Amino acid sequence: MTTHYLVLSALLFAIGAVGVLIRRNAIVVFMCVELMLNACNLAFVTFARQHGNLDGQLIAFFVMVVAAAEVVVGLAIIVMIFRTRRSASVDDANLLKY
Amino acid sequence: MPWLSTLMAVPVLGAVGVSLVKNDKLAKQVALAVSLVVLALTVVMATRFDPSSAERFQFAEVHQWIPRFGVHYGVGVDGIALVLIALSALLVPIVILASWHDADGTGAAAPPKRSVRTYFALLLVLEAMMIGVFAATDVFLFYVFFEAMLIPMYFMIGSYGGVQRSYAAVKFLLYSLFGGLLMLVAVIALYVVAEKNTFMFPELIGAIQDPGTQKWLFLGFFIAFAVKAPLWPFHTWLPDAAAQAPAGAAVLLVGVLDKVGTYGMLRFCLELFPEASKFFTPLVIVLAVVGIVYGAIVAIGQTDMKRLIAYTSISHFGFIALGVFAMTKDAGAGATLYMVNHGFSTGALFLIAGFLIYRRGSSRIADYGGVQKVSPVLAGSFLIAGLSGLSLPGLSTFVSEFMVLMGSYERYKVAAIIAASGVVLAAIYILWMYQRTMNGPTAESVKGFTDLNARERWVVGPLVALLIVFGFFPKPMLDVINPAVDKTLSSVHVTPFTPAVAEKKGAGQ
Amino acid sequence: MQSPVEIFQHSGGVIGVSWLMIALPLLGAAVLLLGGRRTDRWGHLLGVVMSLAAFVVAVAAFVELLGLPAGERRRAISLYEFIPGVADTGLLIDPLSISFALLITGVGSLIHIYSIGYMSHDPDRRRFFSYLNLFVAAMLLLVLSDNYLGLFVGWEGVGLASYLLIGFWQFKPTAATAAKKAFIVNRVGDLGLLIALFTIWSVFGSFAYKNLGAGAVQDALAGGSLSQGTVTAIGLLLLLGACGKSAQLPLQSWLLDAMEGPTPVSALIHAATMVTAGVYLVVRSGAFFEAAPTAQLVVTIVGVATLLAGAIIGCAKDDIKKGLAGSTMSQIGYMMLGAGLGPVGYAFAIAHLITHGFFKANMFLGAGSVMHAMNDEVNMRRYGGLFTVMKITAVTFFIGYLAIIGFPLLSGYYTKEGIIETAMEHNEILGWLAVLGAGLTGFYMSRMVFMTFFGKRRWADDAHPHESPSVMTVPLVLLSIGSIGLGAYLILGNRFMKFLAPAVGLPAELPEPHIFGVGTVGLATLALVAIGAAFAWFRYGAAEVPEVAPRGSFLTVFARRDLYGDALNEALFMRPGQWLTRIAVFFDNRGIDGLVNGLAAGIGGTSGRVRRIQTGYVRSYALSILFGAAVVVGALLYVGTM
Repeated sequence: MTTHYLVLSALLFAIGAVGVLIRRNAIVVFMCVELMLNACNLAFVTFARQHGNLDGQLIAFFVMVVAAAEVVVGLAIIVMIFRTRRSASVDDANLLKY
Repeated sequence: MPWLSTLMAVPVLGAVGVSLVKNDKLAKQVALAVSLVVLALTVVMATRFDPSSAERFQFAEVHQWIPRFGVHYGVGVDGIALVLIALSALLVPIVILASWHDADGTGAAAPPKRSVRTYFALLLVLEAMMIGVFAATDVFLFYVFFEAMLIPMYFMIGSYGGVQRSYAAVKFLLYSLFGGLLMLVAVIALYVVAEKNTFMFPELIGAIQDPGTQKWLFLGFFIAFAVKAPLWPFHTWLPDAAAQAPAGAAVLLVGVLDKVGTYGMLRFCLELFPEASKFFTPLVIVLAVVGIVYGAIVAIGQTDMKRLIAYTSISHFGFIALGVFAMTKDAGAGATLYMVNHGFSTGALFLIAGFLIYRRGSSRIADYGGVQKVSPVLAGSFLIAGLSGLSLPGLSTFVSEFMVLMGSYERYKVAAIIAASGVVLAAIYILWMYQRTMNGPTAESVKGFTDLNARERWVVGPLVALLIVFGFFPKPMLDVINPAVDKTLSSVHVTPFTPAVAEKKGAGQ
Repeated sequence: MQSPVEIFQHSGGVIGVSWLMIALPLLGAAVLLLGGRRTDRWGHLLGVVMSLAAFVVAVAAFVELLGLPAGERRRAISLYEFIPGVADTGLLIDPLSISFALLITGVGSLIHIYSIGYMSHDPDRRRFFSYLNLFVAAMLLLVLSDNYLGLFVGWEGVGLASYLLIGFWQFKPTAATAAKKAFIVNRVGDLGLLIALFTIWSVFGSFAYKNLGAGAVQDALAGGSLSQGTVTAIGLLLLLGACGKSAQLPLQSWLLDAMEGPTPVSALIHAATMVTAGVYLVVRSGAFFEAAPTAQLVVTIVGVATLLAGAIIGCAKDDIKKGLAGSTMSQIGYMMLGAGLGPVGYAFAIAHLITHGFFKANMFLGAGSVMHAMNDEVNMRRYGGLFTVMKITAVTFFIGYLAIIGFPLLSGYYTKEGIIETAMEHNEILGWLAVLGAGLTGFYMSRMVFMTFFGKRRWADDAHPHESPSVMTVPLVLLSIGSIGLGAYLILGNRFMKFLAPAVGLPAELPEPHIFGVGTVGLATLALVAIGAAFAWFRYGAAEVPEVAPRGSFLTVFARRDLYGDALNEALFMRPGQWLTRIAVFFDNRGIDGLVNGLAAGIGGTSGRVRRIQTGYVRSYALSILFGAAVVVGALLYVGTM
């Protein structure tokens, strides 16, 4: 049965979402985002299994590619911000507002 | 020869040429030459126009544009469009000549120097669009021109205008876009409801039969035109825009651009939605008459010359709308003639006011006085332009105002009588402005004024000459206009006016 | 009443080119205005030549008209199509229009000549002559046009010329204001005329006189397409127009102020010709007035009221020109009274108009001559005893004076007497009021003559009066000849009445004018005039005239203030109008534009507040994303359960 996989996926997603909301460190937030993405991947793969076709697996590969690209860009930005501002806290980077 | 496409192509190419020229003076000369070529072409075209032809739109060109939606590049002119195109083609060279130093940063008002080439290129682009909007026989194409015209005008007000130019430009743009949006909805709905798979105007006449639908679509078109014209109470953008725009741009704005509104009412509202037009006639006539009296009264109270002229135009647009919706032959022809004459009259007023402001650096009426003594020709031409604003017989504006009032009286006596009171109010606002600026002891600040120079005389001369010639001999224009108005009214199905005496005689037989 | 004869289409002859009468002065005006300073040296001569040329054409046309049989003396010349389907431009040469044309060009030419001298020191003399020429052209268009639209064009044209000439010395604020006032008050009358034209159009579908004769009006009334109420309305609206142009009550207030213009203008426009256009309009529209007795009655009432008002004003004015202006109002009141009395009255009204054109122009030019001699002093209290130093002016003025008070055998006697007698036949009250007016005329005109030419010299210290040059006195002499003999010539034997008949119809019963009437009315009039003159002699001839005007009785102040006409206009129209304007401007700026700007400010303010949500904190964005996602999921689940 696939229900357990879905529950796990939902739990992982919830952990990731809460992490994004409550953690200040940009790296941790970033990892939480990755966690959410992978929770989704798990759900996709599960559904692929459940419906007996490959659509979900296909999407999972797309997500992985996007996530990888995102890590490249995102980490570069975080590193740059840390270098200039000596802080990796997301609350300190709030200039882009109003 | 594709006359109308040529008329549009020449100024566009000219604009490109002007913007490429490096030398400012040469750019002005090129712009003037191009506009004169357009004028010459227009005159030739007008002589080839046959008012008695059975073919309604002459010099017609129709090409597929977006076949999927039945959008065409369709142009052609009837008498109404022809005289308005001629008006545009005539005013542009005059405006170019009058605006010679507007972007230079010279003159007492001394606005900061800006790109001269851009200004004259914008003028030429605007000319192409003005010709296009009157020539379009495809409703979609008309809409495109209707909106695209805003762009050059927005930049002319916003970059070259007075102190409050950005406020005025944004107000102008937002108002027009608001109206244009309603019209866009109506244009699309017209296409969908008509189910003709075309936007060609002649094929859409009579396509909408359901009165309820007609009313909604009418409102969409009418509000856009009422904002553009502008009718009371959609008028407050005009005084700001006209006062802040450089005089030349103000002439094209009030003289031609705003005519698109009244032209649209006559062409599209009346013919596409005849039942709705009749239904809304009382409302429109009330708005028009209120506008006539209200515009005149507010004009009397103005302290700024350009704002005053703008308010007189609001009063005059009331007359035009009244003439359009009176739906009689005399009033319709009068309204069309009014559109042209108002272009001459207000054009002259704005331009001469511009000359005054160039000399004195202020548009406040109180800053002048006794100009007549130092610049008699300037004062004299201002008086003639002013008298045309109060529709003095012998000047062409009288013919149109008389025909509008007479034609309206044939059907709506009370409205015509109230509107006629504008005659008295016009005398007050014009003569009072004239007295405050030109009469009395010469003000200190005015003493150094020079009279009109040769260039300025070439600006004013043609306008004054046209006002006088058509004042005594309006027949050439009316001969072109009358058949077109007849055709318009025949698709509205109104009973033509017959004098009471003839009516009785007809009944007796 | 015999209805007027039909109108014949005409070609050839002088009548065929009678448009030259209008074209020549118009050309003169155009040349002088466009030529600018280059024409300064000979401009005035061109003006005079053009006016004289028009006079020659008028005389030739008149002679040619006399050569035609009486029944065919209505000649139409169509020129070109003016507004296709509405009106053509054409001229109508008939006894009525040619009488006016002769008066306008004749008296006009004399005043042109006079102005050469009068304006010789003015740097803008050329401009003055161009305006005079413009006036002559417009006035001729007014009277010669064969339709109401052409009349209206001329009507406004003379209004323009009047505006330009009153404000000729525009650097004086009073002159500029007076000019503007004249134009605006006239426009109120024009409004009436315009609406009358629209009504005529909506009933008859034509503006041409040939379609609007008495026959057409009667047919329309009988056929039911024209109601009695409508024809009365047409009459009253036409009268409103006439009141504006002819300075009749209630639109009289502009005429006294119009005296700000140079004196020849006052003589030509505000005495001899333009102000009589209203009388012309009423007579020309006889067909409507005869079908509307109520309107006719109102015409006579307006006439009598104005003739009394003008006379009362004339009694108290110390400014010689304003005194004459009051007198003009009063005399036009007589004409208006005559014009409301049908064909007999028409003939007397027009005859009085013509003789008045002569003697009033004569006196105005005489006043101008006096002012010229007295350094432009207009206050009669600073005149006195001028008879000895300027004999020609004094004698010609005296002839004009005798003519206007109706001294037996002089011009005014016959024409004014005719109007009074005719009025008496219609309505005794109006008749006796007109007699009373004649008595007042006797008083105020005598007062003017005594204060100016007789009595003690009360001149300013630097005044050295002298006779004017002959270019000014010759016109005076010619005009005074007209003032002597013209009345008797026109009236005796009903000569003018018969001449005018083809245009306005011949009355069924012709009056019997005498060289010297001995009826009750005539003798009573003469007696009242004599009493008035004697009273004036007693007050201003024999007694000392104080140099500063005494405060005077209530009645004097009332008259001096123009019967509070200006105060009334100010209280009723000007001040409420100013308030209305202010309120409208306020409403436009704060009301309509306030609404628009308020809307814009509202949107701006809302967006200013809403944008605060963009805090810049990533985690709050994340929370809102989560919230949005939850809402979407919730919505999907909800839809799924349905």
